[in-house]
Amino acid sequence: MPNKSSIPLSWRLNKSIYRLVGNKCKRCGTFFFPSRDICPKCRRKGDIEEVVFSGEGEVYSYTMINVAPKGFEQQTPYLIGIIKLKEGPLITGQIVRPNNNIEIGKKVYAVFRKLTEDSKSGIIKYGFKFKIKD
Amino acid sequence: MKHVAVIGVGQTKFGELWERSLRSISLEAGIRAIEDAGIEGREIQALYIGNMSGMFTGQEHLSALAADMSGLNPIPTVRCEVACASAAAAFRQAYLSLLSGQYDIIMAAGAEKMTDLMGSGVLTTLMGAGDQEWEGSFGVTFAGLYALMARRHMHEYGTTQEQMALVSVNNHKNAVNNEYAQFRFPISVDDVLNSPIIASPLHLLDCSPITDGAAAVIMATEDAVKKLKIENPVWILGSGQASGQLALHDRESLTKIDSTIVAAKQAYEQSNLKPDDINYAEVHDCFSINEILAIEDLGFCKKGEGGKFVEDDKINTEIKINSTGGLKAIGHPVGATGIRQIIDIVRNIRDRGGIGLAQNIGGSGATCVVNILGDNYAK
Repeated sequence: MPNKSSIPLSWRLNKSIYRLVGNKCKRCGTFFFPSRDICPKCRRKGDIEEVVFSGEGEVYSYTMINVAPKGFEQQTPYLIGIIKLKEGPLITGQIVRPNNNIEIGKKVYAVFRKLTEDSKSGIIKYGFKFKIKD
Repeated sequence: MKHVAVIGVGQTKFGELWERSLRSISLEAGIRAIEDAGIEGREIQALYIGNMSGMFTGQEHLSALAADMSGLNPIPTVRCEVACASAAAAFRQAYLSLLSGQYDIIMAAGAEKMTDLMGSGVLTTLMGAGDQEWEGSFGVTFAGLYALMARRHMHEYGTTQEQMALVSVNNHKNAVNNEYAQFRFPISVDDVLNSPIIASPLHLLDCSPITDGAAAVIMATEDAVKKLKIENPVWILGSGQASGQLALHDRESLTKIDSTIVAAKQAYEQSNLKPDDINYAEVHDCFSINEILAIEDLGFCKKGEGGKFVEDDKINTEIKINSTGGLKAIGHPVGATGIRQIIDIVRNIRDRGGIGLAQNIGGSGATCVVNILGDNYAK
């Protein structure tokens, strides 16, 4: 992992990370986030179509990270959740620190936040995090 | 069906080997394996070596370097990479190559020099085994991925932090007499639960350490075993390998690892054995929860009962699991662990006979390799 974020990587993920754009297979009805180029079930028989996800879902699992990888050292402790989106798929993301106790099953919605920042030069990455519905 | 045996084993001490280089530990493990087999280096026809990441040392292309350092040029070499299962994959590639009839004697090895990299760089490198774009980019660590699985296992089956702690307690107890282990001291459940939280609910002592180490085995076909008059061959009875979704969020369940279930089924079917027939198992306890998942997914107990299985000490009484200390106490040089597991199974079988199983996981379960070995393939 380079010390500076990759601009091409961030650039190509912007649509998904900013607006929760994923896709679905029209043939079997399965939703995908992150999007997939082919449906793993239907493979070449599948028919993929772009979908904007609602960002609504519930906590499926969670962990508080105290020891962070590069680029996240300043953020500890932070909450990571696997969120079950209303449309079906599970998705990994940070959960904005809740005021009350977090638990499996709590309803969440996606919010737009700063994710990471390179040191004094480089890029600032924005994208979705999740917030507990009160 | 042709048969293949392990005829020699060798490893370095596992630990923080600051004074040793990647090339020197690879060489030591190889030489020890050759000496243990009682053969000449020139009899080795190919080398497969597991090594997870060049990012630890900057050194890629370890297979050719290892052959060069040990004077084995010009034999063909391949570095195998399936994250933390790299060494078991090297073992399996060597096995398949021997079955193909192309070779008679091969070395399979694994080496990792993790402490050349410092601090958060190690976590970032390890996270390369997960989904970099959709897990790593949000700050998830490997401890975090297994913590997400642990939380879900606690939620679905009532598994407790005490049961997970007992995994580490047992592995530390078992490593006390293992001269190669990184940690040779016992710990208590309270020690685990009072250690710092790395990624809740996992504490520091639920996590395997950062380790340097190398391990190597010499493998030979049945004809070569006879020709070399090997007295203590340990035979490969079954071998399986499977892949699964790289990212946790793409799986249908976080409380089972499908690649283990599939790889184990292949190995059990090939060997015509059942979970009940296994005397020793080396399972991939990179985090304590993963030993519980392994016990269930390998069929030693029903899904959801792994915590109880540990609590009731069936990991010592029904089957010996990680009897030499596991990844937790022996240490986990990621690309070497799979061969270290095979070596411990071989040592157990040489001493006491019977049948052993080794399960090596890559990443959070996107790869699993299962091998079953025994003292006699005709049983």
